[in-house]
Amino acid sequence: MMTPTREAELADLISAAAEPLHIQGGGTRDIGSPVEGLTLSTAGLSGVSLYEPGALTLVAGAGTPVAEINEMLANEGQRLAFEPMDHRALLGSSGTPTIGGIMATNTSGPRRIQVGAARDFCLGVRFVDGQGQILKNGGRVMKNVTGYDLVKLMCGSWGTLGVMSEVSLKVLSIPETEATLICQGQSAGQAVASLSAALGSPFDVTGAGVVNGETRVRIEGLEGSVAYRAGALQDSVLPGFEVVTGAVSAAKWAELRDVTPFAGREGAVWRISLKPSDGPELVAALAPLAPEALYDWGGGLVWLMLPDTASEDAHAAVIRAEVSKLGGHATLIRGADQARKMAPAFPPEPKPIAALTQGLRAKFDPRGVFNPGLMGA
Amino acid sequence: MQMPKPSEQILARKSQIVARLQAVLPKGAVIHDPIQTRVYECDALTAYKCPPLCAVLPASTAEVSAVMKVCFEEGVPVVPRGAGTSLAGGALPTADSVILGVARLTDVIDADYDNRFIQVQTGRTNLSVTGAVEEEGFFYAPDPSSQLACAIAGNIAMNSGGAHCLKYGVTTNNLMGVTMVMADGEVVEIGGAHLDAGGLDLLGLICGSEGQLGIVTEATLRILAKPEGARPVLVGFDSNEVAGACVSDIIKAGILPVAIEFMDRPVIRATEDFAKAGYPDCEALLIIEVEGSDAEIDDQLARIIKIAKTHNPVELRESTSAAESAAIWLGRKSAFGAMGQINDYMCLDGTIPVSELPFVLRRIGEMSAEYGLGVGNVFHAGDGNMHPLILFDANKPGDLEKCEALGADILTLCVEVGGCLTGEHGVGVEKRDLMRRQYTDEDLEIQLAVKDVFDPKWILNPAKVFPLSTTETRRG
Repeated sequence: MMTPTREAELADLISAAAEPLHIQGGGTRDIGSPVEGLTLSTAGLSGVSLYEPGALTLVAGAGTPVAEINEMLANEGQRLAFEPMDHRALLGSSGTPTIGGIMATNTSGPRRIQVGAARDFCLGVRFVDGQGQILKNGGRVMKNVTGYDLVKLMCGSWGTLGVMSEVSLKVLSIPETEATLICQGQSAGQAVASLSAALGSPFDVTGAGVVNGETRVRIEGLEGSVAYRAGALQDSVLPGFEVVTGAVSAAKWAELRDVTPFAGREGAVWRISLKPSDGPELVAALAPLAPEALYDWGGGLVWLMLPDTASEDAHAAVIRAEVSKLGGHATLIRGADQARKMAPAFPPEPKPIAALTQGLRAKFDPRGVFNPGLMGA
Repeated sequence: MQMPKPSEQILARKSQIVARLQAVLPKGAVIHDPIQTRVYECDALTAYKCPPLCAVLPASTAEVSAVMKVCFEEGVPVVPRGAGTSLAGGALPTADSVILGVARLTDVIDADYDNRFIQVQTGRTNLSVTGAVEEEGFFYAPDPSSQLACAIAGNIAMNSGGAHCLKYGVTTNNLMGVTMVMADGEVVEIGGAHLDAGGLDLLGLICGSEGQLGIVTEATLRILAKPEGARPVLVGFDSNEVAGACVSDIIKAGILPVAIEFMDRPVIRATEDFAKAGYPDCEALLIIEVEGSDAEIDDQLARIIKIAKTHNPVELRESTSAAESAAIWLGRKSAFGAMGQINDYMCLDGTIPVSELPFVLRRIGEMSAEYGLGVGNVFHAGDGNMHPLILFDANKPGDLEKCEALGADILTLCVEVGGCLTGEHGVGVEKRDLMRRQYTDEDLEIQLAVKDVFDPKWILNPAKVFPLSTTETRRG
């Protein structure tokens, strides 16, 4: 494994690379079609170089552990508002999640519906392209429309376009308090209707999910405001819901964020993004596969676990056929190597889009050394 | 400012090109009479003008596709135009180009309140998107100052922001999907009613690409439930530094107002003369707005006022009613008009780290004196997006050039302190030749390579965004 500690060294290693490279941050998210290649880790490019709490900005090396950033932010009462998932429990992986890994995979959690995704909090990137050139895009300011937004393109490109060396982030304050309204025993359809009603209210909902038959709605903010909104939601939008607060509330969202109900169990896990009201419909259509489902993002993010471990493609064909009827996309997050290759793990793209993707890859990585095959052909 | 020399060959073929466009569009959708094409000779950057070869006004995605097929075959440059409100010259034509206006694409295709999105054709104005959903208690968050006139197509092209994006983000954070016509006329769908991309984030790439990667004809936009209420407080200070420090303290305290607007003395005085909003005569003032129920607003404003008081404000005016809120916003909303009363002005759009506000404001004051041109500052302080307004006299020979030179110096300063050339207006032609101040040749080359992928013939808005010398070999 190659672990450069300086950006220039990273660039040299890439320009000298004679064979495919398997790019990783902390190595905690082994997702996508398996990549054969020499591992190039950004973990050595670690450290926060700038943090201005009053400007809500932080700049860090791509290999900086997320935990280190979280701690530094917490000391100033701030946080990564997009609530990135820690994949270790679900995937049974070890290692240290890095901020570059978060951005390269555009990993966001329950709060994505209110504040935006990881990509919405990435203000700038420095990266090395497939020829070993050091490039930058964006910067460290909140608003920036100078030239094309390659920051968004790099976020969620899973190391297939470039290797990030540094990221600039927007951070937000940790609110004074949080509360979760819960209700047991709603059908999936009823639950998503409740979530839609809550998200369509003026009460600033920051989490909306369903776990093990429990419908959950989160609000955050100043103490008085949270109390007021909890009451208002109970009165007008979510009758019969109870309120939990503090650590009990927080644990419910950590559980959904990290998909821990599926951790340590057998079965392929799919992550499906679709129109919220279509979530229960999709799960019903897949009933023959006997899936277990968690809902996040008001129903628009469905986590699906399939008990059948014999399927060669983790039932990709069936799942994608149903998803394509509704609109959206499905990614295989956990599955046997064979299934990840066959499925494939990332959603196949329609022809004209695939042509754009391939065209961009050819420009950013003309030699095809970055994570070949990971996101499909 | 230089534009490429029009192609003699295209100019000579005008009648054939017009005939081909007429053949694929309904009657009246091709404007080619030189008197009528003058309507399209500029956008809101009025210093530069050039009538196009012709203008087309398609009314459907299929018609846009038909137009692009003709232009692709003919190798004719196409300049997309939303409502023509660009301050950066994004819709400035060349004599050999076809203006593709989206003014007839104004339908609401779908409004889905359960799933909180609206799908519209992109010629629809920003404000009328909110207009279509407000009866149900929803709104579309990005609110550029030109929202009454500007089109969603232009908002997507420039990734427009607005006063309230401190809390709600800019266009890219609220855009879920597009229908886009490619340079060769192919129609693609990217994103939709679901969140985030399954593959590469092409949607994020398209937003802010200034009409250079495709023509967006339909958009799926996130809509949000309207807050119960909103109310501002106005705080005056006797120095820019102190106002800047106050902004930073509010943000650090964990309060996230929906807007923090900043005005300096030249702008305060101009707006007082113009709009008579009753602003205090002070060095700097902030308008800070928060949202929620009455009690929530009271709570947040009390915290903000407590912080403000530690900075010895010369004036502190908390709104207690809708009328008082309107009075506080009146001056801010008429600021640009007020400056326009004094003289012609050029509006800059650089963004800086909030911590650099006091230094940058002081330097702008010094530069203003050196150049002998007045500069007023009115901007979104919470996110560091400055809008220096440089006053000049368009009728005075040499004044425009002097103003542009000062503008370039100010934007260079923004880059030097860690900021950027443009926060929400776009590069267009206005800042095209300054791009090298922010990016290396390699940084620019990879952006050009992106355009090569989407538009290999370089017919979409080809003379914008990048210094002409970097695109010369690519343009037809």
